[in-house]
Amino acid sequence: MGQYGTIARLHSLLSEKRLSCTELTRAYLDAIKKENSALCAYVKVTPETALKAAAKVDAKIAAGEPLAPLEGIPMTLKDNISTKGIETTCCSRILKGYVPIYDATVWDLLKKQNAVLLGKSNMDEFAMGSSCETSCFGGAKNPHNRKRVAGGSSGGVAAAVSANLAAFGLGSDTGGSIRQPASFCGVVGFKPTYGAVSRFGLIAYASSFDQIGPIAPSVEDAALIYDAISDYDPMDSTSIGRKAPVSPALENSIRGKKIGIVKEYFRGVRPDVDSAIKKAVGVLCSLGAETVEFSLPAISYSLPVYYILACAEASSNLGRYDGIRYGYQTKQHFADRNDMVCKTRSEGFGAEVKRRILLGTYVLSAGYYDAYYKKAQNLRGTIIQSFGEAFRKCDFIAAPTVPMTAFPENYAAKDPVETYLTDLCTVPVNIAGLPAVSVPCGFGNDGMPVGLQLIGPEFSEAPLLNAANQYELASRKTSFRSVETGVRL
Amino acid sequence: MNYELVCGLETHVELSTKTKIFCSCTTEFGGEPNTHCCPICIGLPGTLPKLNRTVVEYAVMAGLATHCEINPDARMDRKNYCYPDLPKAYQISEYDQPLCRNGWVQLKSGKKIRLTRIHIEEDAGKLVHERGNTLIDYNRSGVPLIEIVSEPDIRSIEEATEYVETLQTTMRYLGVSDCKMQEGSLRCDVNISVRSKGSRQLGTRTEIKNMNSFSHMTKAMEYEMNRQIDLLESGEKVVQETRRYDESTGCTEGMRGKEDADDYRYFRDPDLVPIHVSKEMLASIQARMPEDPQKRLERFEREYSLTEADAALLIERRRAADYFEAAAKGTKNPRTVANCITGQIFARLGTDAAKDDFQVNVSPENLNALLRLLDAGKIRTSQMKAVLEKMLDTGKPASAFLSEKDLAGISPEELQKLCEKAAADNPNAVKDYRAGKEKALKAVLGAVMKTTHGQANPMEAQKILAEIMKA
Repeated sequence: MGQYGTIARLHSLLSEKRLSCTELTRAYLDAIKKENSALCAYVKVTPETALKAAAKVDAKIAAGEPLAPLEGIPMTLKDNISTKGIETTCCSRILKGYVPIYDATVWDLLKKQNAVLLGKSNMDEFAMGSSCETSCFGGAKNPHNRKRVAGGSSGGVAAAVSANLAAFGLGSDTGGSIRQPASFCGVVGFKPTYGAVSRFGLIAYASSFDQIGPIAPSVEDAALIYDAISDYDPMDSTSIGRKAPVSPALENSIRGKKIGIVKEYFRGVRPDVDSAIKKAVGVLCSLGAETVEFSLPAISYSLPVYYILACAEASSNLGRYDGIRYGYQTKQHFADRNDMVCKTRSEGFGAEVKRRILLGTYVLSAGYYDAYYKKAQNLRGTIIQSFGEAFRKCDFIAAPTVPMTAFPENYAAKDPVETYLTDLCTVPVNIAGLPAVSVPCGFGNDGMPVGLQLIGPEFSEAPLLNAANQYELASRKTSFRSVETGVRL
Repeated sequence: MNYELVCGLETHVELSTKTKIFCSCTTEFGGEPNTHCCPICIGLPGTLPKLNRTVVEYAVMAGLATHCEINPDARMDRKNYCYPDLPKAYQISEYDQPLCRNGWVQLKSGKKIRLTRIHIEEDAGKLVHERGNTLIDYNRSGVPLIEIVSEPDIRSIEEATEYVETLQTTMRYLGVSDCKMQEGSLRCDVNISVRSKGSRQLGTRTEIKNMNSFSHMTKAMEYEMNRQIDLLESGEKVVQETRRYDESTGCTEGMRGKEDADDYRYFRDPDLVPIHVSKEMLASIQARMPEDPQKRLERFEREYSLTEADAALLIERRRAADYFEAAAKGTKNPRTVANCITGQIFARLGTDAAKDDFQVNVSPENLNALLRLLDAGKIRTSQMKAVLEKMLDTGKPASAFLSEKDLAGISPEELQKLCEKAAADNPNAVKDYRAGKEKALKAVLGAVMKTTHGQANPMEAQKILAEIMKA
């Protein structure tokens, strides 16, 4: 263990007093100051919060007290995770100036470990997008090539981690929003089983899909973070909590494990991405795993199912932003309350959010409900069932995270439907509530990172991350490239 | 033509749980605006609802008391609409899988009004219009409600009133709501149509929203019924719409028509899990259900020999009935206990609200002790009443107002002697009595009572005197 782990390395630097937490935190804050204007990974930097936490950690170190695994580790949160006293905007104009009066459960858990919050990171507006470019602050750039996007929606977290501007971060994944930017930025992104991590305090996009998870430089780090944030939370009725800690289970052989290769996941995949994935599967096989090929026809319906259901939920979740209680209110003259709400929402939401609210409102409307929403719900059941059958044939499914590498800038804005199609490999997991991890697995012809996606059955976090870790240990030298920016210790 | 009213009611009952339906804020009525609130009930971004299990229990109790089937797998849905008093822009309610279905409520005539469903939902906040401004108070936001929907079985205004009163008594009896119309904890929407008597077809209905008193409800129904009859008589049609009752004019006026009706875009709330009512849970609720008021009334008549009128006075208020049963335990004459409650104690309490609350500073145990003294012949009825007044004044037990001598009473031997003496002192009366003048005994009895300062038991004394005087 500890081979590629950043968190473990920082933990030992702090514990052995080779570096104070304040020094470490300052190093990150300085790097952010230097690099962030070009990368746009952070939308808000919180030096005071960070240094206060660092001082606490230093006092503990001075007193000779042992440190928790994430204690003193500088990190970031996606800007849809509520932080008491720190503006939380979902990168939407409509929430500008909104300062939560309570903490999200995940942040509460990390705070208790004295994790050092460097700032809130960039995202697509309300997590709707695949490029981070729907952010009202402008999108985060890809640290591997700044002419490319960081991906989305958790683009800011992925860019920050990739550019060494944070040791790790928490994102949220509704249709691929952790895995896709992690794949684009060449880092590890892990979406846990729905219910494993509390959603309390995560500003909702599509409640039955949203799941918080870690973005980190290595699988080992992702496992440590997952162990810290997965817990039963009475404040979230859909919370189940984790079954057992994952970190101690990353050293197991994957000999004899069956890797499912599902035809539908390889449709329309760019050839260079396809060959990177096949090569990665080869590495898994060299470690003793076996492949089984089969078809899962039901997942072909994933995109319409996802966009109908997620937009339906979004249209309801975003109804509360009316300019009355918090956030943005129109500066224009308004005739009455209705006029005020209309103007506020027209000015406050961006085009992609409006598109999804309209779509969601439409599919729930009387006369259309049966044709769209109900049908999509039924198909969701079919997809869940077919995954259940798939996992009787294999232990994990291996697939590309994205059928391509990071888009050029403004690519996503040109054709929304084509952009939706790039979510093909990530959304089935959210529909079924399954855990999935994206691990860097080399580079495309354009030199941009490619992500290998491993998907497991519900609550298979431990064997899933073990397999990802075994792959990483076997291939890191060729599959991963560090970016020459930020804090590198 | 002769017209008949066809009416169905949607009754909203605020449940009297201590905390709100999805958070731990208090449900107390009143309070400074926006002081009974938290991030959850004001719908701040990122918050999630957590269902209060007591709400489910109370709703199941309401369902059982109205003969409903309990849904073992109920679901919560979102009802989407935009209004400033609704901070999430949706109300969490139950759409196609309500907790209770297919019940009924029986009127005095024996007629059953069928219930379509009872479902649970959250209340909204309240808009306050003040000096040209509109302010929002979210104290009520998230207070649990049940909506009781009846079939269109009601045929007169009297039936409508009786139906609501019956619900009110039932809910109060269960202790699930105080059903105070003036505080808004019971509100009705009335669906009305008319048709020619004997017709089996339903006419076009209108819905009058938010009736918050019986008198408004009666007036609004009368007005609306006549309005519809007038329309039909003049050959016009009733338009299906939602109407508002204007208290100042006594009229109903249209709010919105069918085509403007909101499309609530109901769908399952993804933040909540199905409500499972297990057989065990149902059994445990059933075991804790208070006795059905009607059955209890019959039992009071049978077990305590109360008149129906007396029993009804007690049953009407569950706390009074409970108090009665505790106070009457082991006493010889439960009727006297009932009279104490419906007479002296009710007089003290005064208002209907106070009688409902039944905060009495004499414990049922202390009243029981007082009545046992009466049973034992240690005090007389008039004395008992006087002592009860003092007890109600001070909250002290009877012993505080009765001397040792009072309580010691007069022994049978002593009474025998006193009676013999009184007979000897009144030879004329004895003579008269023996001559057949039964009234003469009363004079001698009066003498006994006088010498004992009223402490003697007149019944006992009369018995002894009759023995002595007939000899």
